[in-house]
Amino acid sequence: MEKKLPTIEIIEKYCKGCHICVEFCPTKVLEMKGFVASVKNLEACIKCMQCELRCPDFAIKVSA
Amino acid sequence: MAFDYDKYIRPGKLPHIWCPGCGHGIVMKGLIRAIDTCGLEKNNTAIVSGIGCASRLPGYLDFCTLHTAHGRAAAFATGVKMAKPEMNVILVGGDGDGTAIGGNHFIHACRRNIDMTYIIMNNNIYGMTGGQFSPCTPTGAKASTTPYGNPDPAFDIAKLAIGAGATFVARGTAYHATQIDKLITEAIQHKGFSVVEILDDCPTTYGRRNKFKSVIEMMNRLKDVAVPVKAAEKMTAEQLQGKILTGVLYKEERPNYTDEYAKVIARAK
Ligand SMILES: Cc1ncc(C[n+]2csc(CCOP(=O)(O)OP(=O)(O)O)c2C)c(N)n1
Ligand code: SF4
Ligand code: SF4
Ligand code: SF4
Repeated sequence: MEKKLPTIEIIEKYCKGCHICVEFCPTKVLEMKGFVASVKNLEACIKCMQCELRCPDFAIKVSA
Repeated sequence: MAFDYDKYIRPGKLPHIWCPGCGHGIVMKGLIRAIDTCGLEKNNTAIVSGIGCASRLPGYLDFCTLHTAHGRAAAFATGVKMAKPEMNVILVGGDGDGTAIGGNHFIHACRRNIDMTYIIMNNNIYGMTGGQFSPCTPTGAKASTTPYGNPDPAFDIAKLAIGAGATFVARGTAYHATQIDKLITEAIQHKGFSVVEILDDCPTTYGRRNKFKSVIEMMNRLKDVAVPVKAAEKMTAEQLQGKILTGVLYKEERPNYTDEYAKVIARAK
């Protein structure tokens, strides 16, 4: 069966580019693209929600 | 499923004013999740603050909110609770606001055991005014007013609260985001004065002066320094050197102020 991928939404106008989500994602799903976070490798996401919980700026939403 | 924070935020208020990587936003999210878990109603919940970056928090939340004078959150909150004992009252603020100018109000709210919850975001500095040292700045650390290193010892906010009579005291960190709402939930549900200290980061005025190269280094410090109380029981004094205990540090049941005051009112009638 094919694995259902989560949706990761990054609200660019809220993102302040702090790197927290990128650095602490356990499976390196995210990267910085210029000053904002972006999704690099969605397949690797384990839906742990740590990026959403730690983003100080309400800029990242993960939906399983 | 992504948590719906928007439900609790005043429309049009985001993005907030806090600097990139400032932990205050992480704490605000934890508070929102805790409020959601406790099912607190907007019209029956007051969120009260003093002055500072941390104290800007209530302005974002769609509840009954009070942004008062520097250090006076506890005084105003006490007024709200006495007038409307049925209301849920939550105080928020920084270490400077709560332990320097507001230290007196803080200890007396603890002593009276008023049924309110106080969340102190301890970033070890006065962030808003440019990085003057606070009573929570560690010995040796640099601030704009201690350019050669701070000679003072820092307050341990949790010990201060316990000593002054708070009946629930917990500590978490901005790094340990999942724990924040659990601690705040337990604090809100506790009957009596509850204090939750969150070790926080101010990259702008503390980090830069104290050789943290980035927000990530500050977050890693929070990750490394925290030891859960349970884990600490199995550690030696040597292993605990330089560590800070996290989790629920103290809990007791004791008559609370509004209940006792209601008895005074009944006696006077
Ligand atoms: C009576 C009074 N004194 C001084 C100030 C200036 N002042 C504003 S915020 C602040 C310190 C805030 O520090 P803290 O509470 O630690 O919060 P942070 O900004 O670090 O989040 C000070 C001294 C003031 N507003 N009012
Ligand atoms: S949910 Fe977890 S694994 Fe997925 S992007 Fe966020 S931090 Fe990484
Ligand atoms: S944690 Fe939030 S604000 Fe920081 S880089 Fe990631 S999305 Fe942007
Ligand atoms: S000055 Fe410090 S406390 Fe204030 S918003 Fe910036 S990082 Fe946060």
